[in-house]
Amino acid sequence: MAQPAEARTCPVTGFRVHRAAEDLVKANAVAAVVALLLGGLAAIVVLFTRWMGAFPPEAFYQYLALHAWNMLIFWILFFEIALLYFAGSILLNTRPASPAVGWLAFALMVLGALMVERAILTNPLNHLSFQPYPPLRGTPDFYLGTILFAVGALLGVGLFFATVHKAYREGTHTGPLPLVVFGAFVAAVLAVATLLVGALVFVPAFLWSAGVLPELNPFLWKLAYWGFGHPSQQINLAAMIAVWYLLAQLTVGGRTPSEKVSRAAFILYLVAINLGSAHHLQTEPTGALSVGWKWINTGYLMHLAVLGSMIHAFAVPGSVEVGQRLRGYRRGLFDWLVRGPWHNPAFSSLVLSVALFGFLGGTTGVIAGTEQLNMKWHNTTAIMGHFHGTVVAGTTLAFMGITWYVLPLIFRRRVVAERWARWQPWLFGIGVGLLVLAFMQLGVRYGLPRKQPDIFRFRGLPLAFEWPAEVYALLTVAGIGGLLALLGGGLFVALVVATVLFGKRLTDDELRRDYALPKAAANPGHGVKELPAVPGTFVLCLVFAAFFLLMYLGNYWNLSRAWPIGG
Amino acid sequence: MAPGAWWEEPVHPLERAWVVIAAFIAVVFFSAMMLVWHALGQQNVRGRAYRVDPKAYQAEVERFVQQYRVGEEAGQPVVAPPPGSDVYMLAQRFRFYPILRLKAGERYVLHVASIDYLHGFSITQPHVWNLQLYPGYEWVLPFTPREPGTYHMACNDFCGVGHEMMLGKIVVER
Repeated sequence: MAQPAEARTCPVTGFRVHRAAEDLVKANAVAAVVALLLGGLAAIVVLFTRWMGAFPPEAFYQYLALHAWNMLIFWILFFEIALLYFAGSILLNTRPASPAVGWLAFALMVLGALMVERAILTNPLNHLSFQPYPPLRGTPDFYLGTILFAVGALLGVGLFFATVHKAYREGTHTGPLPLVVFGAFVAAVLAVATLLVGALVFVPAFLWSAGVLPELNPFLWKLAYWGFGHPSQQINLAAMIAVWYLLAQLTVGGRTPSEKVSRAAFILYLVAINLGSAHHLQTEPTGALSVGWKWINTGYLMHLAVLGSMIHAFAVPGSVEVGQRLRGYRRGLFDWLVRGPWHNPAFSSLVLSVALFGFLGGTTGVIAGTEQLNMKWHNTTAIMGHFHGTVVAGTTLAFMGITWYVLPLIFRRRVVAERWARWQPWLFGIGVGLLVLAFMQLGVRYGLPRKQPDIFRFRGLPLAFEWPAEVYALLTVAGIGGLLALLGGGLFVALVVATVLFGKRLTDDELRRDYALPKAAANPGHGVKELPAVPGTFVLCLVFAAFFLLMYLGNYWNLSRAWPIGG
Repeated sequence: MAPGAWWEEPVHPLERAWVVIAAFIAVVFFSAMMLVWHALGQQNVRGRAYRVDPKAYQAEVERFVQQYRVGEEAGQPVVAPPPGSDVYMLAQRFRFYPILRLKAGERYVLHVASIDYLHGFSITQPHVWNLQLYPGYEWVLPFTPREPGTYHMACNDFCGVGHEMMLGKIVVER
């Protein structure tokens, strides 16, 4: 049998695809989807316990931990590593600097993930949630697993940097990085900071668990933990936005109205976003963290990153509008949106991901992170509402969207049952949207605690109490939303697995014929002189700003009716 | 795109306008609002906190309970301190101790600490507000229970299996 070629030229995009990069992308993407499946199965127990108290509290805590680690860490990080190899190697036409390092990284990540899964599954009474604050103590293999996973991910990020360097050294790429790679680069820098802080918290925790360190300071540990816990989600944010720009380009030939503004927004993330993690410490004792410290970090500094996000909120829909107008959809304000390629699940995923992330995930993050408003949000289901709006409706849906291109272009298989794929983003997006809305209302208005498995009976204790009828109604809305999201997620996994295993292999001619990218117009230009204006996007952004201010002030009004405190 | 050209590109007036609006909302307005509320608002996460020895704190709470105890409910003492006084609450796996009985519209100074794990101090039904508790930190915050009623508490930070049983109660009388 002939040795497969070292590299091929993609018939659709014209990129040089090196086999070594392709294999690494495939392996990491498959691991990501497996984690998504495990996290989704665990979500069944979580969902039905919160909805109707279907499982005992012990099972809830255990499956909640499984759900969180698989979704927030394993699914997302495996996918992001795949994305980094794609951006660093394929988009820059170069072979990975060292495929062996890539495989070592992959092996460490798989091993670490398996150790964490095992630690959670085999310790029904002694496992930790996603916020494993000491003095709660897990078994040593739990901490060791997270450390191995983080080291693996760090190696993967290092390989990305080395590959970008190689592309310049060998001249396969010249000039500035393409915007998508620029965004991935920012995500990678954030990842290095995050994973190093991860080591800072999990190495001492491992030593403590193994009996080497006598104790950990719970306060300092939680403070440092959020240097890992939230920044790990900021990597997702930067990676998701890079994927948004990529999807705009692939689905409608879009490009940002201004390279300068989009890149500046990414740089704002680099400067400020990890400081936003301080918002996890808004209701901490003020003798330990001063009001000034909270305000500097979550006021001015965090809001620089918020500004970055608000700029992307213009530039990403703007990219779609530019692409569509170049393709000839020029009438009125919204013709470009109405007549988008809605038959393409990647396009629906992009639009839903941007809209849900912006309106639900982003706004609630700012509100929950505001010093005083946090008193109404802290550790209620509203926080779950926030991060399901960001990581699930935003990042996960965007990653699902790009998968519809990964399957034909990297795996070179025709997506099975493409008709079903069209419904997938809607099922998933609307489901998560309902869940998020219900959780936010339940948390802010009714104070429903998160991580509370027995809100219906409270184990029959004498201090047990009843909730108002609206709570049960809202729980049903959340339950139905969650069920739709599970169906949408299940459909995604089923279609992806079926395609990878049984999808029809695509030849170069078929790829060229059926997956041709939108004619990126005759206009190859950039910038204000050559690209059409985006008035529709501007109007959408004004609507968004009005909604944002209304929500923000509404939350202060709600707080003003609570018992006075701290005066 | 020519190398470096992206930095010299002019920006469309509509996008420039949006960047200005966004900067005003995010960096000016949101940040200022937090300070404005410190000056004018009545609800602020502002108080003092001390490192405290769990045993010493427990003894302090016990003295408070003995001094103002008026009855018992659900195996817990019910304590009715006079308006304006310092009131104590202790969080531990899996209870908030004791049950408080307060007067509506009166100002009290709340002392609250956990003596073992991290807990969430949450007055949840009806919903008032939430605070984070640490082992060994005593939070001291003035507060005013405004409306009369029975207020149920539930721990909202996972503190181990059994967390779901960690409940408490504050009764506010007219």
